[in-house]
Formats: sequence, structure tokens, C-alpha cells
Amino acid sequence: MRLVEGRLSSEEALAAFAAAHPAAGGIASFVGKVRPDDGVELLELSHYDPLTLPGMEALADSALARWALDGLLLHHRTGQMRPGEPIVLVAAAARHRRDAFAAADFAMDHLKSEAWFWKREKRGGTWHWIEPRDEDHSDLKRWK
Amino acid sequence: MAVKLLFLGKLADIAGAPDSEVPGPLDWQGLLAGLPAALAEAARGDKVKLALNGTILAERAKLAAVDGDEVALLPPVSGG
Repeated sequence: MRLVEGRLSSEEALAAFAAAHPAAGGIASFVGKVRPDDGVELLELSHYDPLTLPGMEALADSALARWALDGLLLHHRTGQMRPGEPIVLVAAAARHRRDAFAAADFAMDHLKSEAWFWKREKRGGTWHWIEPRDEDHSDLKRWK
Repeated sequence: MAVKLLFLGKLADIAGAPDSEVPGPLDWQGLLAGLPAALAEAARGDKVKLALNGTILAERAKLAAVDGDEVALLPPVSGG
């Protein structure tokens, strides 16, 4: 579980994660990027230290309790990033692939809707706050 | 010493600053009364949560902060 202020290096993080879990039968990973939508110049994520990382740890605990995993990695960017840059990396190592896929999917759905981040994007030189999306909440219901 | 107020997300924009300090002791009504009108109105929104020293309060009305405490005003998250 990490909050990353600088650039998120998914290749290095995944290589280290794979090395740390040699007995895993497979690793499912997901890299989320800042979507290069029209006119978005910058995306900025702010967080609140006392809640954000503990929240990610609680999310990892619930995934580890639900699936047979060897390990789970959650790295999230904070601060300002440009379109195309990675913003989140999730990886799940497991003996069997279904557990790895499901845990990574579960972690992403929860990060997208429940994690303590506030997002704004700069378009045409002006910052706009991003409101919660209904889809993110309906995605969560899949796991109830 | 005072109570530190932290404004997250768009509340920081409305406040014009990420934080401010107010004298304790402080309850929810006192907190709202000490904010500029536009910020108090935004803070009153149903979905705004309060954290006292990093712990979410189940009920905002139960806020009881003293000097040295940190109170964070948290609008709905936009997610990662």
C-alpha cells in the first residue's frame, strides 16, 4: 500500500512484487492512467493523510480475507499528473488466476468510489472539481 | 493553541485556504457559526463528513473539539 507523490513506475513495482511472491501461480495487474480526454491539461489528486492510507490498508485486508491471495499491491498517485500518466497500480498474486483477477477488480472498484481522494482537472486554464459518479457506486454493488 | 480546521477538496477553494484556526472548545454549531456564509452553507451539506484528529465522526452534531485538535471537513470523495 503506497501513496506516490512522484512518478508511478509500474514496471519496477510489478517486478519487485513478482519477486516477493515466487510461489504465486499468477499475478493479475491493472494500471489506470489519466484519460486523455478533450482539453484536459492536468489532473490533481488531493488526499488526507490520516484517512487515505489507512483506508487503502483496510481495503487490502478485506480483499485478503475474501480471496486466497499470496499478496496484494495498491499504489496510488497523488499530486498533479498529465494525461497518459499512470495514476493507480493494483496487482494481486494468487495460486489460481480467478482469485487474482477478482481481487484486482474488487480493489479497483473500491478505490474508484470509496478511497479518500479528491480530484480536479484543469481544462482551458481553469480548475474544475470532479464530482462522484453514479457508475462508481453501482460498480460497488457487484461485491455486496 | 487553537482548533485547526482543514478543508478538503472543493471546500478549500470556497474557503480560499486549505486550513484555518479557531479558538476551542468547538462544537458543530460553533464551527458553522465561525465560517464565512458560503463555506458554512457548503459544509452543512448532508454528504460532508467530519473527522476529529483523523477519525470520522458518526454524527457531526456530536463534535467536541478542544485546543490542539484537528477537525477536517470532508466533501464527498471523487475517487481514485
